[in-house]
Amino acid sequence: MRDWAILAAGVTLFALLPLLGGNYALRLGTIFAMYAVLALSWNIIGGLAGYPSFATAAFFGLGAYASAILAGKSVPMLLAWAAAGIVAATFAVVIGLAILHLKGHYFAIASLVLAEVLRELTNSFADLTGGGMGLNLPVLRWTVGQEAQFFFFAMLVLVALTMIAVLLLRRSTLGFALRCIQQNEDAAVMLGIGARGCKAVAFMLSAVFVGIAGAIYASWVHYIEPGDVFDVLYSVKPLVMVLIGGIGTLFGPVIGAAVFLLLEEAVWRSFLTIHAAVLGGLIVLLVLFLPDGMLGSRKARLVWRG
Amino acid sequence: MGALIELDGIVRAFGGLRALDGVSLSIAEGEIVALIGPNGAGKTTLVNVVTGVHQANAGSVRFRGEDITRLSPDRIARHGIGRTFQIVQPFPHMSVAENIAAGARFAGGASSLAEAQARARALAAEVGLGDAVDRRAETLTLAKRKRLELAKGLAMRPRLLLLDEVNAGLNASEIDEALTLIRAIAARGITIVVIEHLMKVVLAVATRIVVLHQGRVIADGAPDVVVRDRAVHEAYLGQRYAASLGKVS
Repeated sequence: MRDWAILAAGVTLFALLPLLGGNYALRLGTIFAMYAVLALSWNIIGGLAGYPSFATAAFFGLGAYASAILAGKSVPMLLAWAAAGIVAATFAVVIGLAILHLKGHYFAIASLVLAEVLRELTNSFADLTGGGMGLNLPVLRWTVGQEAQFFFFAMLVLVALTMIAVLLLRRSTLGFALRCIQQNEDAAVMLGIGARGCKAVAFMLSAVFVGIAGAIYASWVHYIEPGDVFDVLYSVKPLVMVLIGGIGTLFGPVIGAAVFLLLEEAVWRSFLTIHAAVLGGLIVLLVLFLPDGMLGSRKARLVWRG
Repeated sequence: MGALIELDGIVRAFGGLRALDGVSLSIAEGEIVALIGPNGAGKTTLVNVVTGVHQANAGSVRFRGEDITRLSPDRIARHGIGRTFQIVQPFPHMSVAENIAAGARFAGGASSLAEAQARARALAAEVGLGDAVDRRAETLTLAKRKRLELAKGLAMRPRLLLLDEVNAGLNASEIDEALTLIRAIAARGITIVVIEHLMKVVLAVATRIVVLHQGRVIADGAPDVVVRDRAVHEAYLGQRYAASLGKVS
């Protein structure tokens, strides 16, 4: 009950942002919500099930391209977003069944190449995807302010949906099964847990909202190209956010997303030429001195099995 | 009474080593079978084949008349075969109650997490973990972890429970308590296979002894008959044990 109250209060407060700030604040708010979706989603497969996934960029890019291609065929925007979620989820189930028997770093590497493969495919099928030239999305006939507000609320709704899904999952039998798998998969299977199916569903859940986030992002920026939406940073950043916030915790990924975004903005402004290096150094320090994250305890600490 | 489980010509090889070399065995409901043999005889491999962890290279396993040879471990568990591990395998960061509840929910037929938790608490009390039910499993002593393994196995409401060295590493009084527990489990009508090195335990609980050596069954029968078997002495028990029994048949 307390978690639901925190969620409701958080979303309500955040929804007031357009009253307080201008378009810059809205842009940051939209990115924050997007990061939170990515981090919360990663936490399902990485934190709850204990499988260190680097597939987030693949789901994100796939969602972005699915909706962009559909938008080019005059499919209504909201429908295209939903379809993007379904495409990412289907992709995750199919790939998940193929690679989720791998553990630890083997799984990490297999998931890491997914985005690379999709990027190459996107480059190759230029007729459909525009190849390296990228794709333009329909421009909405709105003012800059209207557009900023619309995409802010779209991402806000998406992060709220993600959060609700995570809350329901944690209380469910599936969530319990995933925790068992995370702690000792062999023992879990011996107790009758169908680990293969559970992990595939977890992978799917970690993909569906990311796919939609990619779709919203594509509509928001109006133009996507393979190097942008299949960027490996979309795989790495959520993991870092979750590590900052507290792995396996409920609200940790959201806190981590906020902290990460603030650091990213502050560092980028102050160290324009070497911001990536400074940000990397800060992250190393955070992970070194807060190994369990800001909300984490030793209890929830991840055990990655090699 | 018909056979609960029937193994027929099980072969399992690891590279050039035939860990199981044509094992056939039939166990009736209600038996307490002790599986003994020297290290490397294939005892744990046999349990792994029955529970689906390893696939047999040849042969079949039938459980309650159904061929389960190719089923996945989780489905075999849901069919009613529970096991404990030689090296205890708790979910370290979960409470004792949650550990047991997992068995009740996923294989024991509990229809909700709440029901599984309620069952888990009752079982914890039964195996003597009543005061530790909310503690994290990683904080338990070895003896209590072994009990937790038993409780997890029981929570699955199995027809057949395979106990892999549940007494290894325990002291004399802990072993006595474990023996009482094994008898109590048998009294519920659960068929039990114990893998055991301690002959004291074997003789105290088993209604039948099966001796494995180099992947084959070299003796199978009532305890008093098997312990006097010459082949068993040569392979496992040793001549000194034979001498202590007096006459060898």
